[in-house]
Amino acid sequence: MAHFEKANSLNEWLDQRLAINTLKRVLNTEYWIPKDINFLWAMGMVLAATFGMLVISGIFLLMYYKPDTNLAFDSVNYTIMSEVGYGWLWRHIHGVGASIVFLIIYIHMFTGIYYGSYKKGRELIWLSGMGLFVAFSAEAFSGYMLPWGQMSYWAGMVITNLFSGGSLEAYGLVEWIRGDYVPGDAFLTRFFMLHVLLLPLVIIGLIVLHFGTLRIPHVNNQEGAEIDFKEAADLWKAGKKKESKVIPFSPVFLSKDVFVMGVYFILFFYLVFYNFNFAMDPVNFDPADGLKTPAHIYPEWYFLWSYEILRPFGKDAGLIAFGIAQAALFFLPFIDRSPNVAPAHKRGLFQVWFWVLLIDMIALTALGKLPPTDPTFALLGKISAWTFLALGPILVVITMFEKKIEKGA
Amino acid sequence: MRELKILAVVVFFSLLTYYLVEPYAHHEMHKKVDAQGNEIKTESHGFIYDGTADIVEAERAGDASKLAAKEAFWADVAKVAKLEGNAAAGEAGFGLCMGCHNGANMNMGGVIPPNLDHAGAIYDKDYLIALIKDPAMASNVDHKYADTMMHPMGSIKSMMTDDQQIADVVAYILENKAGEVTPKEAYMEACMRCHAVRYGKLTQLGETPVFKHEKEALAYKIKVIDEQDAVKAYMGKLPPDLSMIIRARSEHFMETFIENPQSQLAGTSMPRVGLSHEGYEKVKAYLTEVGDPSKEKREAIGPIVIGFFILFSLLALLWKKSQWRDLH
Repeated sequence: MAHFEKANSLNEWLDQRLAINTLKRVLNTEYWIPKDINFLWAMGMVLAATFGMLVISGIFLLMYYKPDTNLAFDSVNYTIMSEVGYGWLWRHIHGVGASIVFLIIYIHMFTGIYYGSYKKGRELIWLSGMGLFVAFSAEAFSGYMLPWGQMSYWAGMVITNLFSGGSLEAYGLVEWIRGDYVPGDAFLTRFFMLHVLLLPLVIIGLIVLHFGTLRIPHVNNQEGAEIDFKEAADLWKAGKKKESKVIPFSPVFLSKDVFVMGVYFILFFYLVFYNFNFAMDPVNFDPADGLKTPAHIYPEWYFLWSYEILRPFGKDAGLIAFGIAQAALFFLPFIDRSPNVAPAHKRGLFQVWFWVLLIDMIALTALGKLPPTDPTFALLGKISAWTFLALGPILVVITMFEKKIEKGA
Repeated sequence: MRELKILAVVVFFSLLTYYLVEPYAHHEMHKKVDAQGNEIKTESHGFIYDGTADIVEAERAGDASKLAAKEAFWADVAKVAKLEGNAAAGEAGFGLCMGCHNGANMNMGGVIPPNLDHAGAIYDKDYLIALIKDPAMASNVDHKYADTMMHPMGSIKSMMTDDQQIADVVAYILENKAGEVTPKEAYMEACMRCHAVRYGKLTQLGETPVFKHEKEALAYKIKVIDEQDAVKAYMGKLPPDLSMIIRARSEHFMETFIENPQSQLAGTSMPRVGLSHEGYEKVKAYLTEVGDPSKEKREAIGPIVIGFFILFSLLALLWKKSQWRDLH
């Protein structure tokens, strides 16, 4: 064991045992952030804060929720909403948070794509982020089942039915996933476990990894400039704040993060108190009824785009298309062949590609909810789905011919 | 400046997505289209019962004899409505109603007849006239009784045939069966006989009493199940529990549905409720109280929390400004 001197303060005592001064330096006061970044870079902290809200509100809901098909609906809609003090507040925070977190994730993702923050050196940031996206999707889907409303039940039915495509049917995979022929108690309890234990652990682990992946390649910046962080940090430490291209995370960038979070929470609590309905589908306030199919079955808004990629095709082809859509974005760092780390507006055709992707995903999202019985919507859905599938190969081609941008020009 | 431009782009695309997924998609999903593919606009008539909706419906169905019957019926109702009713004379006629509407909680041919204690305060005058003239036509469920069955209240048609007498009885109800009515009473008189509200501890038999012994509670439960079975046999299915209906259906749906259930659910055996505008507001108030009990608290706490974050953001902005002052 190391030799310990008598500590003169709590800080010193902790430092001897935990090296908190080093930690503080590495993670905060000397964790260098480029100066040239905008509020979009605060979305990571906004996401962390929202995840925190979801965990805390979720713990309160967990105290009263009953994972039983006979009790689930009433435990949410009556016990928590009427009998538990401020239960309604926790529920609205959880419901609004679950939806808004995806809006922020999408903004965070598109920021990464626009500024090329997934490119060489930063692949792992992108991959761990995509891992988080998938984990959040699973978390959201398993959570949506829990109130056991009509849409919970039927969305569960439709999504698990995906696993009966092609030869999967023969293996009884759907029944194995559901634990029954239709969504029932076994289905609910296992989704409950996934939602409150396994997936949150996976998410927390991935968040740690995601933060870790940032430490060496550092955060990207608005111009995609390559910064010599050591040199810039030395300038900062020498007091040449204007000349240095970097700022410490704490307190300088943190002050901006906190401001953005404050503004975000105004919106967040406006929704919680005055517009929580935007996040809750009215159909889910009808208790689950296996004998009565809702007129329209659709997932929550954040899954609509991938749902729409699946919908225009037959069952098996749809499953494949859906699989491709889920995995496609993982490959972004490897199919973008361009030598440039730069914002889209400096990259010629890539900029067109970026806006087409954004608009196509919004179109898919809208069409995923619109009734496919309308021939115009069905056709638009097909076009949008094919466009999405084509965007991958197109990116390979256009970035192969992308010319190197002369830095400093 | 640049950040504001970026913010504008983010806000624009977020709102566009929201608009497409919420208002626009819901409008497209719940569009009602007739056999010719034309959009049917079901509109609220402000709880005025003059048969407009029923006549349009018959027209749309292209059934000439039905159309004629509907037109004749509502013309008759309008005629009676013009008569000057005498409340004192109506009391005798109301006696005929008391045989069934006596608060005895006895199931009569499928449902318990409603207690009429506040009928004058919650139901519309024209609707009451129509109901006495022909209950099945008034509540727009005549399709259900077209062949062999008779509406449980149908007997009133043969007992009260004189227009003046109907006008008198309705005048009596409006005058003597009104008074202050609480939202809960309005609900209990208008909807409870078919629809339970379990979050309000209401079944088809009324408010569930508190029992000392489990045996009594179970015996009561059996009584409720028996009543539900009777309603189920009469209606075709057990009408849904309305605890959460205020959240599960839109304002527009609730209004048009209560005015004329056929408009939203063609062929349903749910009768027209016939509430007046005031009556509807009362029922809605009760359903809101049960289905959305946090409304008052939300409105009380909301401004405080949002105010806090506005203050928080202002202070954070000052902090940010002080940190970034000498960086550029």
